Amino acid sequence: MQQINLLLTSLPDGILLGFVYGLAAMGLTLIWGVMNVINLSHGPIIALGMFGTFFLFTKAGLNPYVGLIPIAVFGLLLGVLIYTVAVHRVINAPHLSSLLATFSVNMIIIGLGTAALTTSPYNVDFAAGSFKVGSTTLLGTRLIAALITMLFTGGLYLFLYRTRPGKYIRAVANNRAAAELMGVPSTRILALSFGLGTMLAAVSGALIATFFPFSILAGGSYELKSFVIGVLGGLGNPVGALFGGLVLGILEGIIPAFLETSWVPVIEFGLFVVILLVRPSGLFGAKQ
Amino acid sequence: MKTWQRFSGVILPILVVAALVAWPVITGKAANRESAFTILKAIALATSLNILLGYTGYVSFGHIVFYGFGGYVGIFLLTEKEWSLWTAILAGGVSSGLLAFLLGTAILRLRGAYFALATIGINEAMRAFINNFELFGGPTGITLKFSVYKIYGGAAQALQTTFYIGAGLALLALLLSHIVRTSKFGLGLLAIRENEDAAEVMGVFAPSAKTWAYVLSAIIPGMIGVLFFFKNGNVEPHDAFPLHASIELLVMVMLGGQGTVLGPILGALAYQGMRGYLVTSDFFKDIQLSVSGALLLAIVLFIPTGAIGWLRQRIPSLRRVLA
Repeated sequence: MQQINLLLTSLPDGILLGFVYGLAAMGLTLIWGVMNVINLSHGPIIALGMFGTFFLFTKAGLNPYVGLIPIAVFGLLLGVLIYTVAVHRVINAPHLSSLLATFSVNMIIIGLGTAALTTSPYNVDFAAGSFKVGSTTLLGTRLIAALITMLFTGGLYLFLYRTRPGKYIRAVANNRAAAELMGVPSTRILALSFGLGTMLAAVSGALIATFFPFSILAGGSYELKSFVIGVLGGLGNPVGALFGGLVLGILEGIIPAFLETSWVPVIEFGLFVVILLVRPSGLFGAKQ
Repeated sequence: MKTWQRFSGVILPILVVAALVAWPVITGKAANRESAFTILKAIALATSLNILLGYTGYVSFGHIVFYGFGGYVGIFLLTEKEWSLWTAILAGGVSSGLLAFLLGTAILRLRGAYFALATIGINEAMRAFINNFELFGGPTGITLKFSVYKIYGGAAQALQTTFYIGAGLALLALLLSHIVRTSKFGLGLLAIRENEDAAEVMGVFAPSAKTWAYVLSAIIPGMIGVLFFFKNGNVEPHDAFPLHASIELLVMVMLGGQGTVLGPILGALAYQGMRGYLVTSDFFKDIQLSVSGALLLAIVLFIPTGAIGWLRQRIPSLRRVLA
């Protein structure tokens, strides 16, 4: 009985968190799907999103949800910059090169961030009320974050399937050489895709900042979660990432009811390795 | 001439290690010995990783898992079962090799980025597991009793001994690297790196060759782990499985030149030297990570074959010496 009570409080929380995890993973998996690059600077960009919320809210007094707009724009531009400087030259090189190139961007951001912001934790003191459903309480910030995630997912879907640049992105992901022959400006499209991926990461960071305290190093654990989710949902499949995020959120909601919380990462990463081995295309299939 | 040619590639690496051992002995400073130990440790680890990364072409992002796991097993045997340092080091190496064998048969089926991701997952899963594993002390880890060092002639003498063992392990690593590179087995690995399917057609049995490369690259990190944590006095999950250290090793191998015997050694020297300078310099110490990142980016973008590869391309007559 006690376990069921615990489940009733932790499961809805886990599910709502899962949406935001999914949003972060969507950014990672979009980049993988389009250019077969695993973006190891994903974590620091999530952390930059968190600090975006912090500065816009505490220093400029902007509502965190309004603040998402400048953060998204910043994320997009940062991604385009990273692609142009670090990724474009190694896009056709072996995987090690692109992994190390994005990791060096990770080091640069973390190094500058540590010098400017130290590694001590920051906190955004923001609340959006809470809702009581039966015996469980849902926090307003998490509910709104889940709604925003759905909005972004819908927006991404519409962009990829209904607009010309979106169709270009899918064409490049499908077959870059053929897309180039059809007159698609592939370099610009790759830069745009990378920018979209980092934009989603920054936005998810901005949302996470409204739930938990964070530091410049906080992005690392969300980056690892994004790997797990990306593989769960199928690397390169943005909608799969959302489902993968929900699976992870549900796991994080269920496990603490039966085991100590410290076992959560053991199960997550164990599952990650098993899925890579058994079904590398993910539970929901890789990119089509 | 023939014998000279066969061993020419290993002469420079041995000289580098010998110089590193001689440096603190001649100057007689304990601080130099500590710096030399850090470099020797980096050489042993990077050289081991190179067997998998440079020769076989598989990118392990979590290679430090063998260092941590071997270290844990060795320190556990040393404190709880009162094994001697020597047997503990051997046990650390054997257990890491065994872990690599078990993991290798499973995850080496994955290629490219999927393999890299799996190794990250394994490192994190192992760290999280050890964190919960009461036998190994859970999150607080295992602390050595100070009296342990008595058998080795007190703490100061024990530090001296660990330094020489470290040098021995570095030497062992580079000899192993040289033997693999010049053997038929190593030729098979190089073929796998260039094109795995073609290598299989030509008669290389890729699954077992890859697994053995993985095992060989895991044994010495396990031994180094035991040695380092013995010297350190304690082992904690956080120190044993640092993901960033895995990536530092990749950087060293890339910096010097993957797939060569000398490359990882030069890379380890250069990386540790640069880090030592950046951390202590007034101007760079706050942003040392950014400076290392920018340097890494420059290397990846402009000299992807590393220092040795670059030299070999420019000066063909050096190809014989810089194997």
